Amino acid sequence: MRSSSKGLRFGLLVVLTLLFVSPLLLMVSTSFKTRNESGQTPPTWFPHVPTVQAYHQILSAADTPVFRWFLNSMIAATSNALIVVATAALAAYALARLEFRRRKLVFGLIVATLFVPPVILIIPNYEIVGRLQWLDTLIAVIVPTAANAFGVFFLRQFFIGLPKELEESAFLDGANQWQVFSKIVLPLSRPALATLALLAFLTNWNDFLWPVYVLFSPTSQTLQAGLSTLQSANAVRYDLLMAGAVIASVPVLLLYVFAQRFVIEGVSRSGLKG
Amino acid sequence: MATETLNRGSTAAGKANARASGGKPRSSELMAWLFLAPYLVLFTVFVLAPIVLGIWISLHDWDFTLPGKPFVGLTNYKDLFDSGSVTFAPFWHAMRATGIFTVFSVPLLLVVPLAVALVMNKKFRGRNIFRAVFFAPYVLGVAVVGILWRFLLDANVGVVNSLMGAVGLPDHIAWLSSIPEAWISLIGVTVWWTLGFNAVIFLAGLQDVPGELYEAAKMDGAGAWASFRHVTLPGIRQVTIFVTMITIIASANMFGQSFIMTNGGPGQSTRTAIFYIAETGLQNFQMGSAAAASWILTLALMLVSVVLFAAFRERGEGKAR
Repeated sequence: MRSSSKGLRFGLLVVLTLLFVSPLLLMVSTSFKTRNESGQTPPTWFPHVPTVQAYHQILSAADTPVFRWFLNSMIAATSNALIVVATAALAAYALARLEFRRRKLVFGLIVATLFVPPVILIIPNYEIVGRLQWLDTLIAVIVPTAANAFGVFFLRQFFIGLPKELEESAFLDGANQWQVFSKIVLPLSRPALATLALLAFLTNWNDFLWPVYVLFSPTSQTLQAGLSTLQSANAVRYDLLMAGAVIASVPVLLLYVFAQRFVIEGVSRSGLKG
Repeated sequence: MATETLNRGSTAAGKANARASGGKPRSSELMAWLFLAPYLVLFTVFVLAPIVLGIWISLHDWDFTLPGKPFVGLTNYKDLFDSGSVTFAPFWHAMRATGIFTVFSVPLLLVVPLAVALVMNKKFRGRNIFRAVFFAPYVLGVAVVGILWRFLLDANVGVVNSLMGAVGLPDHIAWLSSIPEAWISLIGVTVWWTLGFNAVIFLAGLQDVPGELYEAAKMDGAGAWASFRHVTLPGIRQVTIFVTMITIIASANMFGQSFIMTNGGPGQSTRTAIFYIAETGLQNFQMGSAAAASWILTLALMLVSVVLFAAFRERGEGKAR
């Protein structure tokens, strides 16, 4: 009884794993096919004559700098995550621990925007980003989305849950507000800060609509936006498309192999006590 | 409590007193606003101001590229509700597409990840590896996932049709260029892409359900189904509400999958509301009309959220009784 349900579970997981892994393997295999073979019916699982033609063509074309896109995405997502964590932590600390007039109003406003669908911001933010002369620059995909209401809400909850005694005894020892925040509260909050940073990074990395419309020149694209231009330019050149997708995926997957525990734990924590 | 009373003392003497007595110094108003300032600047410029500016834009014939932006009052809204206007049909067609996608994708995006999480909610060797594999598509991003599946689902050279042919099923299905096949593809790919994300959150919720509850249910003679219904589901209620909400929001904002895999087609069938708004406002630069459309979509979404939230609450209270 026990072992049969164990077997069933294992069987299910293996089937599911195949569903997840085989598309990726086919992507890699197709990227090493010749143009003709990649358009062949029925498709072959392995290239007859493996070739790096597709990679060569993509990497030598000026309008598809895939590595540059990867670098842009890294810069954008990292900067965005840093700004989100820094600004949200400061604001959340004030809302959790400091006394000031209009505290309820400020917190209420921030929480209210949690329920505002982001679609409402697209058109006006395009106008604002345009006025700031940020169109077609990475700043356009870094800064506007850094006003992260979830981050403030999430960190405030976390700060409130910290024991007050530590902070109070630091004040007794003569520490000022900034020292208490930076030397006591922040180190105690490392897991929450890391969770927020990873969520912000992933959200920015996956952002699609906004970069597609605010970035236009090949060298300013993020990976997601750039790949979509690659695909509209090479509609059924699947050898090229798969090579582009592989170049885009390999660095991410390598990073993911090392960071997956933190990424997954960060995401899994987002639903708890939220 | 004592510190709070001290904090209320607003005189300089009270402040000095608090310091002298070694208590927490009264945190000055200024200090609080300094902590808030960086966030509030971003929040004001890119959240609050746009909300207001969006309304303003929607009342104008607003083209980003032209100097003149004549005031037109509520015309943009009226047009979207007037079946005789040129914007009416495409807008509501797009709203309908968003509705179709949301209604059919959300249940699957809840049930499948929950099932996967249940299967994984036991300690066994390799669990973390499986978890990492199922989550992987999410980190690849929508562009890689969309391009990959456009290839796999290609009617002529795609492996999906070729596999179907191999087991004797029809092998010339136009997965991306006919209806309802295109919807099935978009929904399936979305499940493939985000299953791991939702499953990981469910799994964390499941691990938070105290084991004693299952033992107690077992002692009361509850079977697997009964213990799922009466222990598991109530135990993960909070997490379920959270996942439901973020999934509805994500599905109602579906854009990348259809932009890449079907380009809104066949015809305009899979062009969602947000797709329509982006195209109208940021490509054709009819920003007034697009801003009005985004307000209508937003109000519709908020209405759905409120109804759902009330429904969740009611059920929760019913259970408690």
